[in-house]
Amino acid sequence: MEIIPLGDSALLIRVIENFDDAPGRALNRVLATKHALEAAEIPGVVEIAPAYATVAVFYDPPRAIDAGAPSENVVGWFERRVHDALSNEKSSLGERIEKPPVEIPVCYETEFGFDLEEVARRVGLDQKEVVDLHTGAEYRVHCVGFTGGFPFLGGLRSELATPRRDVPRKEIPAGSVAIGGKQTGIYPIKSPGGWNVIGRTPLKLFDPRKNPPVLLRAGDRVRFRSIARDEFERSTS
Amino acid sequence: MNLTAIRAGFLTSVQDLGRPGFREYGVSLGGALDRHALRVANLLVGNDESAAGLEITLGGLRLRFGDDRIVGWCGGEFKVRIGTASVDAGHPALVRAGEEFSIESSSLGCRAWLAISGGVDVPLVLGSCGADLRAGFGGFNGRPLRDGEEVRLGDNPTRAKVLIDNLRVERIGRWKPPHDWSNPARRVPTLRHIRGSDSDRFAETAHQLFSGESFSVSADSDRMGIRLGGPMLERKEDADLLSEAVAPGTVQVPPNGKPILLLNDCQTIGGYPKIAHVITVDLPVATQLCPGDRVRFFEISIGEAHALLLERERNLEQFRRGLELHFK
Repeated sequence: MEIIPLGDSALLIRVIENFDDAPGRALNRVLATKHALEAAEIPGVVEIAPAYATVAVFYDPPRAIDAGAPSENVVGWFERRVHDALSNEKSSLGERIEKPPVEIPVCYETEFGFDLEEVARRVGLDQKEVVDLHTGAEYRVHCVGFTGGFPFLGGLRSELATPRRDVPRKEIPAGSVAIGGKQTGIYPIKSPGGWNVIGRTPLKLFDPRKNPPVLLRAGDRVRFRSIARDEFERSTS
Repeated sequence: MNLTAIRAGFLTSVQDLGRPGFREYGVSLGGALDRHALRVANLLVGNDESAAGLEITLGGLRLRFGDDRIVGWCGGEFKVRIGTASVDAGHPALVRAGEEFSIESSSLGCRAWLAISGGVDVPLVLGSCGADLRAGFGGFNGRPLRDGEEVRLGDNPTRAKVLIDNLRVERIGRWKPPHDWSNPARRVPTLRHIRGSDSDRFAETAHQLFSGESFSVSADSDRMGIRLGGPMLERKEDADLLSEAVAPGTVQVPPNGKPILLLNDCQTIGGYPKIAHVITVDLPVATQLCPGDRVRFFEISIGEAHALLLERERNLEQFRRGLELHFK
């Protein structure tokens, strides 16, 4: 584990060195680290945000100094507290409750999945096989970012890996389900994007009027279910 | 009572100190790009320092208030008037009901923050009144103000009422904060930074160029980040990293070698290596950079960065105490 300043008001904790060897284990380590840091309630910490193999700790330096951090070594003071918090990490690992996977209904018709044909051609399958493989797997949310509520999902079948488009689209509709490299994800709001869109869900992935504002959070398990156009329309109306 | 935007200007949005606490859901910090400027402006008018105000980009704003208000602003070298009288940055001023208040063009810098006594009254969304313009929520209907629109203001707090009374003749208070708080734009801007969290991913020449050369601000800069042109900063490898947190002040370098200085509306995570992080107390200078401006970078230690930030906080506390005199 390595702790590096991310500017003068945040620390980046690199939890895992070899993410690709075991992405699932990396995710568990990251989440356990996040929970242990939250439980430690270190003074001056503003927020804690996980990513693939790192956890970022944002802090307010004057508040940390008021709480006893020496002004000439705020980082060292935090490092010690982070290490203390993580020495108890193992106890919190086993306590996580396994939630059932969240089911995401997706209409894979060409009108919504405007890159499905292209993806099928590139991976050498027909469109139905692509949909079957996409709905047949279970995924986990590795992190949320890009735009509010965008889940980066690991667990895509390797047969479906498709590079991002050379030129990103200026506008991808909200709810678009897409493949980018070895990952799949869902665009929560209308935004530009470079992933290959294969379908659309009627579910709302981001709603700022709710707290938390997202449908999916890091660690959640996800499955896709293929729906027909009329079910899509019933769900959105 | 309301304010009316007779002219909304190029890009005017409601902003406060942003919405920390939602990064894990991919929600940007947002808020005033120069948080310190908004805090100072709010204190000047008798508001809580976190009250919502207006962020004005490139000016062109003309306002009218439904009742008497104290206003205060900090930012670039803008021409600001009440009727025909000029109001300098950092001075609280009384605007009578129906008078026109305008933030015109700027001769240096591109943004200003305006505090109005009572604050702008828009709904709190995810803990902030600030507009997230990229995602389209918060602030005033999730978007910039438009010509002719009316926006609600909070009631004048008692302190502002005292100031309205005290300034009824003079109109403009003579007191002001330190010059670099009210007028952060610089003719020859140098941004101090600490070592980047991925500095070992850059060739030695990249570090030499970054600290030795000047960079030009590109026209496609916005609230997400300032894109810089100049010498190409060579990375040791082409591949990007596994996405990890970035923050306002982070200087990241995409494969084309042209650095991007991230600001408050940046994404919460990114995969480009980070060559530097501009220190918090220099972000006000950064947010005034206009397309075509040149900027240099200078490395300091994180201990120095913290000392500077602590000193500014202590000075702000002193300034806050000094202001009490005028609210009596």
